[in-house]
Formats: sequence, C-alpha cells, structure tokens
Amino acid sequence: MSPEPRKRRLVIPWSDVLITIASIVLAFIVGALLMIFSDTEVRSKFAYFFARPSDALIASWEKISGAYAALIKGAIGGYGPITETTAQAAPLICAGLGVGLAFRAGLFNIGAQGQAVLGAIVAAYIGFTWHLPPGIHLLLAILGGLLGGAFWGGIVGWLKAKTGAHEVIVTIMMNYIALGLLAYLLTTPAFQRPGRTDPISPIVDWNATMPRLEGGQLHLGFLLALLAAVAVWWLLDRSTIGFAIRAVGANPHAAATAGMSVARTTIITMFLAGALAGLAGVQAALGPSASGLPVPLSLGIVGSIGFDAITVALLGQSKPLGTVLAGLLFGALHAGGLAMQSVAQTPLTLTTVLQALIVLFVAAPALVTKIVPFLKPRKTRAFGPVPEGGLA
Amino acid sequence: MSIDTVDRTASRPEAAPLETPGRRRQRISTGILIAGVGVLLLVGLASTDGSARFALSDAFDEVQLPTVTVPGFTTVLVCGLLCLAAAVGYLSGSLRGRWPVLAGAVAGLAVVMGFLTWAASGRELPFPVSNQFAGTLSLATPLVFGALCGVLCERSGIVNVSIEGQFLSAAFAAAIVGSLTSSVPAALIAAVLAGLVMAALLAVFSINYLVNQVVLGVVLNLLAVGVTGFLFDQLVEPASLKYNSAPVLEPLPIPGLASIPFFGRVLFEQNILAYLAAISVFVVWLVLYRTTWGLRIRAVGEHPEAADTVGISVRGIRWSAVLAGGVFGGLGGSFFTLASTGSFTKEFTVGNGFIALAAVIMGRWHPVLASIMCLFFGFVTQMASQLQTLSTPMPSQFLLILPYVATIIAVAGLVGRVRPPAADGIPYEK
Amino acid sequence: MTPSSPPAVGTGLRLRGITKRFGDLVANDSIDLDITPGEIHCLLGENGAGKTTLMNVLYGLLQPDDGTISIEGVDHAHETPKEAIAAGIGMVHQHFMLVDVFTVAENLILGREDGTTGLLNMAQARRHVRALSERYGLNVDPDAVIEDLPVGVQQRVEILKALANDAKYLILDEPTAVLTPQETDQLMSVMRSLRDEGKAIVFITHKLREVREIADKITVIRHGKVVGTAKPTDPEADLAELMVGRAVTLVVDKKLASPSPEPRLALKGVWVASPNGTLAVQDLDLDVFGGEIVCIAGVQGNGQTELAEALLGLIRVLKGSIQLDGRPLTGLTPSETIDAGLGFVPEDRKQHGCVGTFTVAENLILNHYDEHPYARGIALDLSKVRQNAAHRVDEFDIRTQSIESTVSSLSGGNQQKVVLARELSRTLALLVACQPTRGLDVGAVEFVHKRLIEERDRGTAVVIVSTELDEVVALADRIAVMYRGRVVGIVPPDTSREVLGLMMAGVPTEEALASASSTTLAEEDAALEASLEEMHHES
Repeated sequence: MSPEPRKRRLVIPWSDVLITIASIVLAFIVGALLMIFSDTEVRSKFAYFFARPSDALIASWEKISGAYAALIKGAIGGYGPITETTAQAAPLICAGLGVGLAFRAGLFNIGAQGQAVLGAIVAAYIGFTWHLPPGIHLLLAILGGLLGGAFWGGIVGWLKAKTGAHEVIVTIMMNYIALGLLAYLLTTPAFQRPGRTDPISPIVDWNATMPRLEGGQLHLGFLLALLAAVAVWWLLDRSTIGFAIRAVGANPHAAATAGMSVARTTIITMFLAGALAGLAGVQAALGPSASGLPVPLSLGIVGSIGFDAITVALLGQSKPLGTVLAGLLFGALHAGGLAMQSVAQTPLTLTTVLQALIVLFVAAPALVTKIVPFLKPRKTRAFGPVPEGGLA
Repeated sequence: MSIDTVDRTASRPEAAPLETPGRRRQRISTGILIAGVGVLLLVGLASTDGSARFALSDAFDEVQLPTVTVPGFTTVLVCGLLCLAAAVGYLSGSLRGRWPVLAGAVAGLAVVMGFLTWAASGRELPFPVSNQFAGTLSLATPLVFGALCGVLCERSGIVNVSIEGQFLSAAFAAAIVGSLTSSVPAALIAAVLAGLVMAALLAVFSINYLVNQVVLGVVLNLLAVGVTGFLFDQLVEPASLKYNSAPVLEPLPIPGLASIPFFGRVLFEQNILAYLAAISVFVVWLVLYRTTWGLRIRAVGEHPEAADTVGISVRGIRWSAVLAGGVFGGLGGSFFTLASTGSFTKEFTVGNGFIALAAVIMGRWHPVLASIMCLFFGFVTQMASQLQTLSTPMPSQFLLILPYVATIIAVAGLVGRVRPPAADGIPYEK
Repeated sequence: MTPSSPPAVGTGLRLRGITKRFGDLVANDSIDLDITPGEIHCLLGENGAGKTTLMNVLYGLLQPDDGTISIEGVDHAHETPKEAIAAGIGMVHQHFMLVDVFTVAENLILGREDGTTGLLNMAQARRHVRALSERYGLNVDPDAVIEDLPVGVQQRVEILKALANDAKYLILDEPTAVLTPQETDQLMSVMRSLRDEGKAIVFITHKLREVREIADKITVIRHGKVVGTAKPTDPEADLAELMVGRAVTLVVDKKLASPSPEPRLALKGVWVASPNGTLAVQDLDLDVFGGEIVCIAGVQGNGQTELAEALLGLIRVLKGSIQLDGRPLTGLTPSETIDAGLGFVPEDRKQHGCVGTFTVAENLILNHYDEHPYARGIALDLSKVRQNAAHRVDEFDIRTQSIESTVSSLSGGNQQKVVLARELSRTLALLVACQPTRGLDVGAVEFVHKRLIEERDRGTAVVIVSTELDEVVALADRIAVMYRGRVVGIVPPDTSREVLGLMMAGVPTEEALASASSTTLAEEDAALEASLEEMHHES
C-alpha cells in the first residue's frame, strides 16, 4: 500500500514559540539586572538596602520600567514608532536572509557586514554620481548595490570552492577589508563631498532615494525585504538551485555522490547571500532617514547590520518566514533602543546585549526549560540547519 | 603461536610519491600568488627611484649601528625576478624534495625585502629595522595568547570563535579593576577571571547544552561587545578617571641581555606579558605532548568515543581545556589595556581574536607553529604602521588592511587544506 | 572445556532482566545472560537485534533502564566504563576505539597513564606493548601510528588494549567483519588460547559458520530478546531459523548468466590516487559484460572504494582508460557518468547514499532532480516529484509513514531500498553497488540480492564491491579479488574460500590454487581444518 501524496501543512511549532518567548523574557530580566548593576545612582541605594530596602527597590523599578517602557513605546507605540520598526527591520531581514541562505548550504557567512558595506558603496556611488530620471535611477542604484554585495560574497565562495579556505576566517577578514576600502574611497575625490575634509560623501539624488509613505518611516525597503523573503522561500523550496543548496548543506557527500557540484553550489550560494546582504547595504545608503533624505555614505553607514543579521538568521532558524519575524523583533529592539537612549538615557548598546542573550537562550532550549520548568522540552535541536564541524 | 603466518597482510601499501589534486591545486595557487607579487614588484619599478635606507638602531640606542643603504631599483628588480623564478619552479612542478620549501622561503624574503625597498626608496627617513622587530613582538604578544587559547580549546574538540570576545571582556575587566586598584597584578587577575568567565560560557553551552560551536562563538562575541559597550556607556564613560585609567605595564629590560646591540632592544626590552607569552608557548607545548592531561586533551579532540571507552570523562577534559584556554584569552586581552594606554575603548580589539584564530588554523593546531604565524601577523601589521610614517606611495588605508589580506592569502593560498582535530566542533553526546 | 550451564555463585558475569529503550524502540527486552570464565560464548543475532547494545550496557557505555549486572557475585548498579574495566571487562568494538593519529603505545596507555607526576612515560609504555605482544604472540610495533596500520593489525592493538587492563571477560563485537578467512582463523586460535588461559570470551557475530566453529555456548538474540540457546553442533539451518524467526533459504536463487558478446565496461591500466595521496588503484584491467555480475572481493581498504568512486567520477583517474559501451568515462563528473547510464549504490548509505534530513520523495530524485519531468527551467514540479515517490514506494515496498517523512526516520533496510529505488528506476548500462547489504537484516538482504540479479538479467553490467565472502560467492558470476590496488586474479564463483582468502592476502591465483589442497566447496571444511592444524604445528 502506498501512502497518498499530500500537501505539507503549516504546523505551528508551539513549543518553539513558547521557548522563544521565554528566552525573550529571560533576556530582558538579565538586561534589567545589568541596568541596575551599572547605574551608579541605583547602586548607591543598594548600599543601605538592609536599612531601607524600599529605596533601592523603587529606584531599580523606576530605572527598569522607565527604560523598558521607552523601549516598547519607541517600537510599537503608534504609527510612527511602528514604521520606525519596519525601517530598522528591513535591512536586518535582507542581511538575515543572506546569512540564513548560506547556513542552508552549510556555510557560515559571517561576512554580511562587508557585503552590506560593498552594497552601500556601489548604491550610494550610483545614487550621487549618476543623474538619471526617477525610477531608472533608483532601480540601477539598487541593482548596483546587489551586485556589489554579490561580488564580495562571491569572492568568498570562489576561494572556498577553489582552495578550501574556511569561509569563517575569510568572511571576517573580508569585513575588515571592506571597511578599509570604504575608508580609502571616502578620501578620494570621486567619493568625498566637495569642500569637506572628513570622510563623508555627497547626498544621494532624490531620484535614487527610496520612496516612503507620508507621516512615517515605512519605505520601499521594507517591501523589498518582504519580496526578498518570498524569493528566498521560492528559491529554497521550489527550485532546483535551492534543492542543490539544501542537499549540499545537509550532506555534501551524498550531494556529490548524486552528481551535484559542491563547488558550484558553494559559489552560487555565496553570490546570492552576498546579494541579499548587499540589499541591506542598499537600504542603508538609499533608505530615507527621519529627514526624508538618505544618510550620506560614511564609515558607520551600515552600523552593525551584518553582525545583527547573524542573530536574526539564527533566531529565524534560517527559514524565510522566521527570518522576517526575527528581523521585525530585532528591528523593534533597535527602534525602541533609540527611543530608550533619548528618553530614558539608557545606552543603545543594551539592545546588543538583549539580542545576544535572546539567541543564546534560544540556542539552549534545555537551559530554558530548566529555568522555566513548566515548558515542555523541545525535541529538535535549535537553529535548524547549521553545519557541524571545525574550521578547516 | 604466532599470528604472522601470512605476513603479507601486515604491511601497508607503500606510499607512492604522487601528487593529489589537492596538493596540485595548492602548488599552483602558491605559484600564481608568488608570480602575481613578482609582477607587482616589477610594476613597482616604475615608481622606484633613489636608494632605500634601513636603520638598524634608533636614535636613543646606546650602541649606534650603521644605517644600511641599498639601491632601490636594482634591489626591487632582483627581488621581483627571484619571485618570478620561484613561481616558475612551483608552476612547472619540477621542484622536488626540499626545494619547494626553499623556494617558498626565498620568495617570502624577496617579497618582504622588495616591498620594503620599494616603499622606503627615495624617502627622507630610513626604515627603522629594530622598531620593526620590536613592534612585531609586541603586536604578536596578544595574538600568541589568543592562539594558545585556540589551540587548547580546539585540540580538545571545541571550536573557539570567541577569542575576540574573551579579549574584549578581559581588556575591559583589566581597565576597570586596574583603575580602581591602581595595581597591575590585580588588573591581570581580573583579566584572567574575565577570560575564565567567557570560557565557562563557551564550555557550558557547547559541552553541556551542545550548542553549535561556531554559532555560539559568534553570539558570545556579540554578548561581549554588548556588555562591555553597555557598561562602558553607562558606567565608565561618565567617570573615566575613576574607571578607565589603569596603570600601564613598563618594559622590563633583562639585565645584561638587554644591552646586546640590536637584539637586546628587540628581544629583551619587552613587558612582562611578552615574556609570559614566550614561556606559555613552551608550557602549552609541554602540556599537550608530554603530559597525561595533554594526551587526554588530544584524545578527546580526535576520538571522544575512544576516550570514553577507556574511562576518560570527555566532558571533564573538554571543560578543563577550555578553561585553561580562557586563562590565556584573559592574559591576551589584558595586553590591549595594560600594554598601551591603560584605558578601554569600545571594540578596540579590532579582529585580533579572529587573527589569532586564523593563526591556529595556519599553525595546524600546534602551539609553536601557531605562535610563529602570530609573529608573521605581527610583522605585517607593524610593517604597515611603520610605512605609514614614511609617507609611502601606498594609501594608509591600504596598509591598514594588509594584515587581513595577508590572512586570506595565507588561509587560501599557502596553507591549502589542513587537517583539524577529527572531532573539532562536534558536540559529544552520550 | 565443556561448558557447564549457569556458573557457580560468585564466579562469572550474570546479567538479569536487562532492558534498554531508545525512545519507543526496545533494544534490549529483559535479557538474562550468564558468562563463565574459560568458555567462548557466542551471541548470535541479526543486524539490529540488540547484541551490541547489550554489550555496551555491560561495558558501562549505556545505562540500562532496568535489570542488574553482577560480576563475580558483586552487584554493579551504575556502571561506567572505568568501573567495568576495573572489574575485568574488556571490549573490542566493531568500530575501533583507537585514536588514529596516536601511536600504538599512546593508545595503549590512554586512560591508564601512571598518575604520579602527570608526565607521560612513553618508554615504559613501549616496553609494556612489547611485553604484551610477545606474551600473546600478537606482533605489534609500539611506535607505529594507527592510521598507517592495516585493519587486521589495528584489531590486534584493540585486543592488546583490553589485555593490558588484565581483562578477564573479553567482548569481541563482530571482529571478523574486517578480516580475510585466514586472518579470521588466526583470530580464532588467539581466542582459543585466551580461553584456555581461563578468560571468558563473548563473541558477537551473525555468521553461522564462525559460531559453529568456535562457540562453546550459543545464545541467540532476536528483536532485543533472548530467543534461545543452541549447541555448536546444531545444523546451520536450525541456527538460521532461530536467528531470523523463520526458515531461511541460504542459497540465492539465480539463473545462469547470459553475458553480452562484447564487454560493456572496459578498464585498461587504471591508476587512482586516494584523497590522502596514496596510490589506491594500480594498473588495473577489468572487463565487465552486460548481463553478468562481477564481484570485487577483498579486505576493506585495498582500493575497492576508490575504484568505485573513480568509476562514478568522484575522484580523478590518474592514468588509464575507462570505457562504457565504447564511450570514455574518464574525466567525466559524477553528473555526467550518471547521465551516461551509471547507477551507483554507495558503501555508506547514511553518508553518501541519501540526505538524512530530506524527505523520501526528495531522496528519490536526488541525482536527477534537475531533469525532465521534475524540473522546468529552474522550477521544481512538486506534483511530479510526489507522483514519482508514490510510485517507487509502492514498487519497492518502502515502509515509510509518508513520502514526506525524512529518510533518517526509516530503518536501514528501507533507506537502502530508497537508494536502490532511485538508482534502478532508470535504464542503466552499468550498476556499481558497494557493500549493498551491509548492516541489513536477512529479509532486506534477500530483497536487495533479488533486485541486483533482476538488474543483471536486464542486460546491465553489474559490479558489486563486497567484503562479505558469503555475499560474493552467492551473487557473483565472476569474482575479481583486489589486493593493494591490483586485481590479484579473476576466478569463478565456485572457488573455495581458502583460495579466495589466500588471494585476498595477495597470493596470485595459480599459487593459491596450488597451495590449497582442494578447490571444491565440498572439501573446503577439510581444507580449513588442515590449515588450522598446520598453524598449530608451526607455533
């Protein structure tokens, strides 16, 4: 008797969801402890904790609730904050997709940062140097950025395929090289804004700026990020290229025995992953800031998108839908973090801590279920497909 | 009773001197690389004029050694041709036995010599050779500690991508505790403790919770960046005099040895951490290859099941190796604070942990080889910063990325496929 | 020497009610077992019956869910390998527990180093190896690195390791799988002499011939349960029935081959290097005709795997030519050789045969996923993929919950069926199957053999690489024996085991035939006896 061919149903992995929520809560608790510990004023009240505990507790509560309230309000408190969240999330989603796609092929792409830098360089250059009609200008700038990132990622894939150089080392080094390249370019006449001595570029043409909806920060970039997620989903689940990528990632020996070229798949994957990270860089270069104009190219143009993207991909289990959700979560953290910094005088770097802790807890479900015993332990290992093994 | 009645089965097929595709690829990529550099040097001839001067002593030395002057054009030409000759040797595949190594060494020297001559020729200032070597050692010191940390972890089967994070947290701890106590030993102890905490996090998540080790390393680095960054913003920066002015390590000239011309200044006028690093290389070598603990570390990194079947606790040995690595990671991190300005700035270890990791791989997981690789990176970095002061024709931004380019070239071209400990990165489940 | 039933109280090993579960699977179901010093106790059972699990429990590598172990009257509740070793238990694992890059001496002292200084005393370790290997007549160089040693010698190191701990109870898990018949005989004489010294030996195997030759006592395990005991004098058919649970035909049903007039596969002067740089195949000539099965016999690691991978195009041929139906195969990539009509069943189905995390449906198109009708451009046609899967699952009787189940959730036999279904669903010119039945139970073995013979009868040239002599003899129309990368000789399937064994050790065909007193199957046992006698006299 043969089993009937049937469609796969979308099953919501409730225990995964619960573990993730618990991880977020735990991360916020640790973050709160860190805030109390590092705040001089609050700590001074703990000095006489046993004499009058209420002082210390009230001060702590005020510190924590103030910061987290500002964070939440800045992330989802109204249309403005929500669009700020989407604007922050869009590049994270794109770069996260790039990291996740590489994970699916068994590759650690730690180089989304450098790929995004290249994407930003090319997109911005086209944006402020060429002067083209609306539509075409933006399109070319985006494509240029994609190719820039793809080139940077492709180098890594090529080196891995041809020489066996481990991509972790190479991508990390390529990050520094990309930054050095940007630093150099910003001293050349082609890139440096006339009349300036500091490393900053001219402002990108209006025709090459991503259009946004009035009254908020929701711009084309977020739409592009969602489209990219759909494209990656189709590529992985519905195309022969994705089939090869997944096969090589899951078992390169079997893939090679079945006639797939591991080398070619590696190069293609890193090329595509680079393009996705490049798209994140494009958003940094062409996305409108609060003033409506893009931020001009400077050394910090992509921030830490590339490194945050790794956590996004991990939390999203390298799956497109998961990556979108994880990107939105960390985008909200960033948007809220900015508000927290200005309203509650709590440094933005707290969001980095929260991000790392969330991923760390999600990575060790056994630890979370130990701390929160009423959760059922998850059967599968965290992160879905992440390659095992050493660095050579 | 003897078992060797059919002794034909007892010996192995003799290893034939055959070139495998992997070795062929490595040979050809090395050849192309050397040829490329040779061509670059010859192209550089167009911008080489005058002569290059190399100062063996600097102005403050008691014994003044002469400044060597070489003709720029001729030297660069000879070096470029030497590279090309070595490249031809590699590409033709006619080098046998010791010759490839020799040709590689000649090409390496020619590259360095040719490049330096090109950069220094026609400049007003001589290239300071003793500075170059002294700086190499000083830059290599934290790398050596990081590499030893990596070697210990990976030999036991735990990939450590978080050397960078260990550096950063240790540097931070050294800055704070050093500032609060004004004591170098206290700062060093704090740094070691911070390294141990980071190592313990690596151990508990990788060994007990079986988290993927590369992922874990990346996340731990992020955590270190976040925590040190947050504490720096919130706590340190508002009161940097109180929290961010640790004492600085003074050079400790070794009496007698330090006054040897040239070598004295290069080798024997370092700070305590540099001497400690040199000793540590030897200690780690001794531990790994001459002690029971080392044998067990190597065994659990190669074949944990085999170790388990003879009653060795795989988890215990891995924990001990990772923690021992944490000590070195902490010492390496303290260097960034205590051996420079005594203060911490955000993310100021700029990839040194990753370079140490690359040195581990290129040094084939061997403490001595990995340390030699660290010296190589130290050399390149120091050369880049020396050349910046000479106002060479190369933009300074390019000089700054030289160590990273060198790393890629080394990992991709020269090393080829190396064999890590067999169980490296694979969690041991019972 | 005659075994007595339960050992006297206070002596021997006593396992009572041992139960071990892995999830829903009950690997050991309330097993009782007694092991007495001075006898060789055979644990007979099919692959997957639970023999190894039981021994891992005894050795402390696994904790039983239920049951007790008592050693010489002392209860060992939560045993660890360390305690087991201290109690005198030694184990030679099926997959050797040796650190490849260590020397023999280093492997021997690992875990039992002299603990006073923390420094290694290698000189003492070397002396220890020499003393032990002299005492037991196992010739081993203490400074040899394990990975440079042939498997037979590696096994001696494993035995030495157990003996170094003064093991009184020696467990040997499928020790003969990697040996030639002659090496097997030598191992058996070592086992006998150890028994005569008063040691207890637990010998795990599924090979009936070996059991009957050496056992003092036989316990048969099926599906995790002890199903009975037997005497070595019981007929093979009875033992087989007890082991499998039904009557088994021990002979493969096979018509006479009708080979094609011209060879379909022709290898001439083929040289192949293994990935680690040694010459794996040297100057090899072989013709395989359509409609015949050529089995490549030999001890593991004599170049068979590399030869098969070179045919597929996975590793490069250094020199020589391979032609399939007159067209060259050399220089082609695996995808090109697959297109040229090569079907390939790799040695290790988990590592090379299928992608464990992929579904059954996906694995069934693994090597033609980008061809019509499954792909249009770069888009996959999932309905065609599912149709194919449903069809193959039916045709090959693959037992799976659904075609969307992952292959890693299937049993070994069903995984192999997935591989076969994929490879045999196309019209082939050449089928290369490596160790096609390794680790499978008897039912699955029968199925695989039947399919391979059907493929032969379709006119395909079939090459089977196998280290199991029983399988080679059962399937082959011609046997090519490989030794150190060369074909020692090509012989008909009715060649005696002794001759084959000598050839597997590198003795040329004529010499092997001449030195064997008899070449027919009927006289084989007598020949074996004779050679054993000879060996005892020599020592």
